[in-house]
Amino acid sequence: MSQGILVFIEEREGTVKRSSLEALTTARRLAGVLQEPVTALIVGPGNPAVDLAHHGADTILAARHELLHSYSAEGFSAAVVQAAQKVGPRVILGAAGAMGRDFLPRAAAGMGVGLAQDCTEIRIAEGMQLECVRPIYAGKAFARVRPTLLPAMATLRPNVFALGAPDSARIAETVEFRPDLSADAVRARVAGVQAASGSKVELTEADVVVSGGRGIKGPENFAILQDLADAFGAALGASRAAVDAGWIGHDHQVGQTGKTVSPTLYVACGISGAIQHLAGMSSSKYIVAINKDPEAPIFKLADYGIVGDLFAVVPALTQELKKLKARE
Amino acid sequence: MKIVVCVKYVPDTAAKIKVSPDGKVVDLSDISFVVNPYDEFAVEEALRIKEKAGGEVIVVGAGSEKANSGLRTCLAMGADSAILVQDETLENADSYPIGAVLAAVCREIRPDLILFGKTAIGVDNGQVPAVVAERLGLPQVSVVVKLELQDGKFRAEREIEGAHEIVEGSLPAVFTAQKDLNTPRYASLKGIMAAKKKTIGIRTTQSLGLTAEDLQPRISVVEVTLPPSRPPGKILTGEVPAAVPELVRLLHEEAKII
Repeated sequence: MSQGILVFIEEREGTVKRSSLEALTTARRLAGVLQEPVTALIVGPGNPAVDLAHHGADTILAARHELLHSYSAEGFSAAVVQAAQKVGPRVILGAAGAMGRDFLPRAAAGMGVGLAQDCTEIRIAEGMQLECVRPIYAGKAFARVRPTLLPAMATLRPNVFALGAPDSARIAETVEFRPDLSADAVRARVAGVQAASGSKVELTEADVVVSGGRGIKGPENFAILQDLADAFGAALGASRAAVDAGWIGHDHQVGQTGKTVSPTLYVACGISGAIQHLAGMSSSKYIVAINKDPEAPIFKLADYGIVGDLFAVVPALTQELKKLKARE
Repeated sequence: MKIVVCVKYVPDTAAKIKVSPDGKVVDLSDISFVVNPYDEFAVEEALRIKEKAGGEVIVVGAGSEKANSGLRTCLAMGADSAILVQDETLENADSYPIGAVLAAVCREIRPDLILFGKTAIGVDNGQVPAVVAERLGLPQVSVVVKLELQDGKFRAEREIEGAHEIVEGSLPAVFTAQKDLNTPRYASLKGIMAAKKKTIGIRTTQSLGLTAEDLQPRISVVEVTLPPSRPPGKILTGEVPAAVPELVRLLHEEAKII
């Protein structure tokens, strides 16, 4: 009899990804409906610096094995499958970050079950079924779906689900287990990590994104956007037009063939709002548009906007923000 | 080197999306289709590997008859042959059955490399490569921006949050291509002419020995909806010295996000 929720927690040298805590908080909420326990799963040698109990775990399950010291889709997938065999969960959740998107579908395939990828809403429907909403066509439509077999799996889009205040009264027991893994089952492993050049803040995890498009006119002008991004503590994004023109690297591209972002605030500068671009940022909580063309489609989506020349507006906005920060 | 590239034919990114009358799927009639943009990077990478190390590039698709056009485009780019598992029901199938179908094709071909685009635009799911890797028991590296091969080993760079992971392993393996991997070539006129003479082998799910369990849906769609329209925003049209402080005030006092 399947019961409870298992949540994969991405942890590196003690640091737990915020998106994993969002998934854990969400699991706690769903577990309240189900009246069933939450197990947080960590994989690898580390111990989280935050107390996972405070964020909703009833039990912390730690998969320990020397073949799990560096990440591999094969090893981590096997760890999740074997953890699921131990716990027998009804639901398995994780964050839809680079790691979760990579290996959780493999774990689902290993169990022969379905996974709803990159969800923006999740609930327990009638019959205790997991029901998820996931954007399709990069947010031009939404599919409401249910995994049909147990355990029902889902990955949650980072930055979308609320991170509740930690409850320091909660406690959890940590249980270690050693997955059954042989070296020939892990044939590709991470040998190193190189910090990417470019933006200081990761786009998909940023709370604020400042983006530039064709209206920026040239690569040198991204400097004024970077100043604004720095004033906000924001990540720097770009439209496909700016990337295709070679003004900025593809790792900054927001849109259907770039990244999908859901920040609290998205500031679109000199971006007309091609459907391709809107697809990648329309789930932002607030959208600010700065464009000299009052007819630009981006204004239809914007919560706030300024019709004007971005080369005048953006530096003025940077100064105004600095003044506000200085006052507070 | 035998290389399989799995290719999907998808609605153009500029397509306006409508929902079917039953509210369960996106209505794809009257929409123009293209080879999934990420799959073009996978095809290009396969062609470059073949040009360097020799071998054969086979493109594989699964879906309705329409998918033939996408495979033909890949043949024009330079792929040697193509296989289409033609089955109307695969058009709206979820990742597991599609992965089972593609894995069955690969099991017959026994490639050294299986390449995909990192995700198919449209369903935006990115799960099929993992299903194929798991069913074949092969290692996988997704969202690859650089791939080096030598003596049956690989070194791949994959994009993660704010960094690149270096993944090392042995072939055969499954890789998914990110945009930075290369710049796909356009089909030349000569390539387009040559593609007309190349064969697209048609297969069925039965001929691949797939069971009802393999093809059983793992995800049921309750409904497909269009996004709710956002209420009209406050658009400031005044001079910069007035508009900018007003915007900051609205963000600070009304939206309370700065």
